[in-house]
Amino acid sequence: MNRRNFLKTAALGVGGILLPAKDSPASVWESFFQKYYREMNDKEKKDVVARLEKEYEEKYKKHIKVKTNAPLPKVLYGYGLDLSRCVGCRRCVYACVTENNQSRNPQIQYITVLQFEQGEKWVSDLEESNKYYNPETVPAPEHFYMPVQCQQCEKPPCVKVCPTQATWKEPDGIVVVDYNWCIGCRYCMAACPYNARKFNWGEPTIPVDEINTETHYLGNRPRIKGAVEKCTFCIQRVRENPGRYPACVEVCPVGARKFGNLLDPESEIRVLIETKRVFRLKEELNTQPKFYYFFSL
Amino acid sequence: MAGKLVYFLLLVVVMVAMPVYSEAQDNTTTMDNSTENDVPKFVTTKPQFTEGIFPCSNCHAAMTPNRQRRELSFHTEIQLNHAKRQRWCLDCHDADNRNVLKLANGDHVTFEESYNLCGQCHGNIFRDWKTGIHGKRIGYWNGDKTYYLCVNCHNPHSPHFKPLKPLPMPAHPQDVTKIKSTTSIEVDGRKLYIPVYEK
Ligand code: SF4
Ligand code: SF4
Repeated sequence: MNRRNFLKTAALGVGGILLPAKDSPASVWESFFQKYYREMNDKEKKDVVARLEKEYEEKYKKHIKVKTNAPLPKVLYGYGLDLSRCVGCRRCVYACVTENNQSRNPQIQYITVLQFEQGEKWVSDLEESNKYYNPETVPAPEHFYMPVQCQQCEKPPCVKVCPTQATWKEPDGIVVVDYNWCIGCRYCMAACPYNARKFNWGEPTIPVDEINTETHYLGNRPRIKGAVEKCTFCIQRVRENPGRYPACVEVCPVGARKFGNLLDPESEIRVLIETKRVFRLKEELNTQPKFYYFFSL
Repeated sequence: MAGKLVYFLLLVVVMVAMPVYSEAQDNTTTMDNSTENDVPKFVTTKPQFTEGIFPCSNCHAAMTPNRQRRELSFHTEIQLNHAKRQRWCLDCHDADNRNVLKLANGDHVTFEESYNLCGQCHGNIFRDWKTGIHGKRIGYWNGDKTYYLCVNCHNPHSPHFKPLKPLPMPAHPQDVTKIKSTTSIEVDGRKLYIPVYEK
């Protein structure tokens, strides 16, 4: 076999492995050749949405709506979390899982609530914290809590390292992932200083009766094995007009979570930045999070 | 004689100026009033009343108010841990109309607008609550919002937060594959799922 023939056979072989089988259903071929979300025109988006909705309907026997709402003009989302109030109850963790159709098994959670001992040298020492606390009741005496989730950085290191540009920052500040474009290399996970990105090691499972059927293409639509996902400030809720508060904001029993438009001086996020003591996590990395921790006491 | 004239003129000037002056005073008072009434009406969640207790007049209408500060023989489940030494029931509840609350200036507010009562002492928190920094509100970040009343989160008689049971901790990396199934539990009226592990 000469070199030319070898290459030919090799190319065919590789192609055979990578491409869907000839007798695969048309939708498999379509999803394989699906375009990059940011390059789709409206018609193409509509077709992809129709295909996805059909696939989901077959899989879950339920109509799941997939929205493609574009960013709202003059909006830059910002988030606030009151560290003087959080009691570490994890209500936010589970409300997020339900709202965003995260896999229950294997377990995926966007929010991690960290527990610190009072007086501990902390912000610089996140690794010393404990996320596996389990007392009868919270807050545990002499402890305080800091929930961490995607900080929607203005300069997101995760976006920079993605070899396929499957993840990017939208004009309203939300860092999103095109799950169909993600190749699962997990460079972004290595680059994120906040441990905010989660990988689907196994086929994600959601109990059918718990599926949230209001979804966004860039948010909580059902994911696939091998894709990376993350908090999107509940893009499916906040990008409506008027837009709802994210699920974790609404569930927090002590009202520690705040959300609004950084470009609107009347918004609670602006008022709190201007009137409270705020800080951003790992500020020294110049990631410029749009997630502000604050102290109201 | 000249002295008398000056005196007379002065009198005239004072007489003319008087109504103007008092009118000016009237203006300031109305302005003051309007700024005070300016606390907008917020859309709030309902105050939670104990079953069968509200309206208070059901029982109190037939009773003569006893304004004496004393140990109560009824409502004994109420623990007053809210600046106990400085106050008692009738500082907030109106003796003559139990269905409303009473501000320090004697004005009445409904239970739905009790934030005006709490705001009398907790001015800073009231300011933060109005802008949405303190407390909880739900709805639309750029539209209509529902504010939680102070008493939806704090028991007015014992305002410190009660400790809560935390939801389950995340799976340890070594247990990730041991999740067998999930089960739903009711948490504060919402259905939430939690994982079930293999034994
Ligand atoms: S729900 Fe609120 S109080 Fe509970 S852990 Fe989350 S942020 Fe903290
Ligand atoms: S904003 Fe939405 S997606 Fe992000 S942590 Fe909160 S609930 Fe989860």
